[in-house]
Amino acid sequence: MAAKQAAPPADPAAGNGASTPGGFTGARRSIGAPQFSIRRMEIDDVSVSYSNRDAVKGVSLPVRQGEVLSLIGPSGCGKTTLLRSLNRLTELTSTAKLRGRILLDDVDITEIEPTLLRRRVTMVFQQPNPFPMSVFDNIAYVLREQGSRRQRKKVLEPKVHSALERAGLFEEVKDNLDHPALKLSGGQQQRLCIARALAAEPEVLLLDEPCSALDPQSTQVIEDLIVKLRDDVAVVIVTHNLQQAYRIADHVAFMYLGDLVEYSSATALFGSPREKRTQEYVSGAFG
Amino acid sequence: MDSSVATPPAPPPPATPPPPQGKDAVEGSATWRLSDRVGLAICWALGLLFCAIAVAIVAYLFVQGIKFLKPEMLVTPASAGFSQGESGGFSDALFGTLIVATMGIALALPTGVGIAVWLVEYGRPTALARITESTIESIAGIPSIVLALFGTVIFSSTALGFLSRTSEGVVFGRSFFAASAMLSLVALPLIVASTREGLNSIPRHVREASYAVGKTKAATTRRILLPASRPQVATGAMLGLGRIIGDTAIIIVLLGATQNFAPVEDASFPLNYLRGAGTTLTNFVYEASPTGNLNQPEKAYAAAFVLLLMVLALNAAVDVVHRRARKVGTWSS
Repeated sequence: MAAKQAAPPADPAAGNGASTPGGFTGARRSIGAPQFSIRRMEIDDVSVSYSNRDAVKGVSLPVRQGEVLSLIGPSGCGKTTLLRSLNRLTELTSTAKLRGRILLDDVDITEIEPTLLRRRVTMVFQQPNPFPMSVFDNIAYVLREQGSRRQRKKVLEPKVHSALERAGLFEEVKDNLDHPALKLSGGQQQRLCIARALAAEPEVLLLDEPCSALDPQSTQVIEDLIVKLRDDVAVVIVTHNLQQAYRIADHVAFMYLGDLVEYSSATALFGSPREKRTQEYVSGAFG
Repeated sequence: MDSSVATPPAPPPPATPPPPQGKDAVEGSATWRLSDRVGLAICWALGLLFCAIAVAIVAYLFVQGIKFLKPEMLVTPASAGFSQGESGGFSDALFGTLIVATMGIALALPTGVGIAVWLVEYGRPTALARITESTIESIAGIPSIVLALFGTVIFSSTALGFLSRTSEGVVFGRSFFAASAMLSLVALPLIVASTREGLNSIPRHVREASYAVGKTKAATTRRILLPASRPQVATGAMLGLGRIIGDTAIIIVLLGATQNFAPVEDASFPLNYLRGAGTTLTNFVYEASPTGNLNQPEKAYAAAFVLLLMVLALNAAVDVVHRRARKVGTWSS
């Protein structure tokens, strides 16, 4: 549905005879392969359970700046849970229990104060969720100290502008920074949420199906943006949309029922998956 | 039940004329079975009836109010007199209403919002949250005359003697402080309920979005959740205010049987007015009505009219808050 003009991938259901099991063909994106990669996070044998039901089972993955990591898998496979454990958002669910270690720049994230960690590992959600305030204040809220509103607008202005610019939204909203954020279009709202997440100047950006509530055009804008961002922040994106993972990811992790089934480069995973379950999933046999 | 009538999706027999254009079987009632159509008609009639009742009350009070209300009544206190022309106005009652409304809501609003925030956002330990919930629900069910009696017990205690008139060691227990405190309990459940409704209507991912940029729960509540539920908080506050200015039982028992301010000791010190007895518009209407001690129905109408205007103003204020909130927008799901 969200096909990029440069890379029109075939429908996975009609993928027989194409070059990959899922029929993923053509240029993956306009920007080429990663120029560099720096390891930012290390997921080390992580399991998460909700009141004795295992959602994630012993997953180990690297998260690198300079590339986009995509978590794919059918609903309920634990990909969102894994994503949420990276900034300790799982801890908000009282029944959730995490085993294993997650390192951020070689420091165990449980040793980092959660509010501090969540400024270094920020997150964008499935539903666009700007705060019920102006576009400017949405970003300024992140920049201000906990709940205070003391800092002057003038002081924050350059930072707000640069966050909006990084999210590719500034040109569209620069004359309407005082307008309520919830009156923007869905795609603009989601880019505002990305700008908000970037305003904290994080090392890692988590995206939980950021395009699933958006139309194809907005999706494309956001996909291009995500790829551009990978040099500044490590990007982890959960997606249901295999085409999207194919278009934007450098590495893909396929999860199934809490297990990490396969982790490899996007071209390898979509081109020649090692595991049978991966092959079935990317060719549309289930999920 | 006749199945041929009860199955709407069945294609109509050829003889039946097609339903009028633009209205299908779901919208238009022409194809409904008789009992449903009768039911719909009853709903319509009831709706109209209640509109008519409301309009009748408001219109009647408007007519009577405009006829009997004289501007000087609003600034003249009640006084003893043989005719309605000599007995002054109800300025003390009007100010009394404003005082109990201000003090009552000043107590109830922060408390109610605080309780609601705690219930929705924290709610631990769960047992305590449950108890709090049902306690507040029971307060909502207690008749205000019972609250008033309970209030006299509390405010007649020696420890709280500084809040009302005390004479030779006996605490009078009637004052604006006492009445406002008990009236705040009348408003509290409404404020808690509608604030909770507002907080609950905010999707979970909005809270998480705030936590996910490193904000604490307290900061999120103060800067995101409470501003977002402002319309509901305002609704609760206005409903609560309506209950406070409309209550009579607590006023009669806890504010006193007087139509004038009765400041304690030194009347030049404003707090002494609040420590003393007084009256409100509801009490004045009751006393001025034919069943009351004053028996001056014209003034009862005039005061009731002022009371009605206050309530209508509150409704308008809620409307303004909601309209402003609509300008800010809300989340799509």
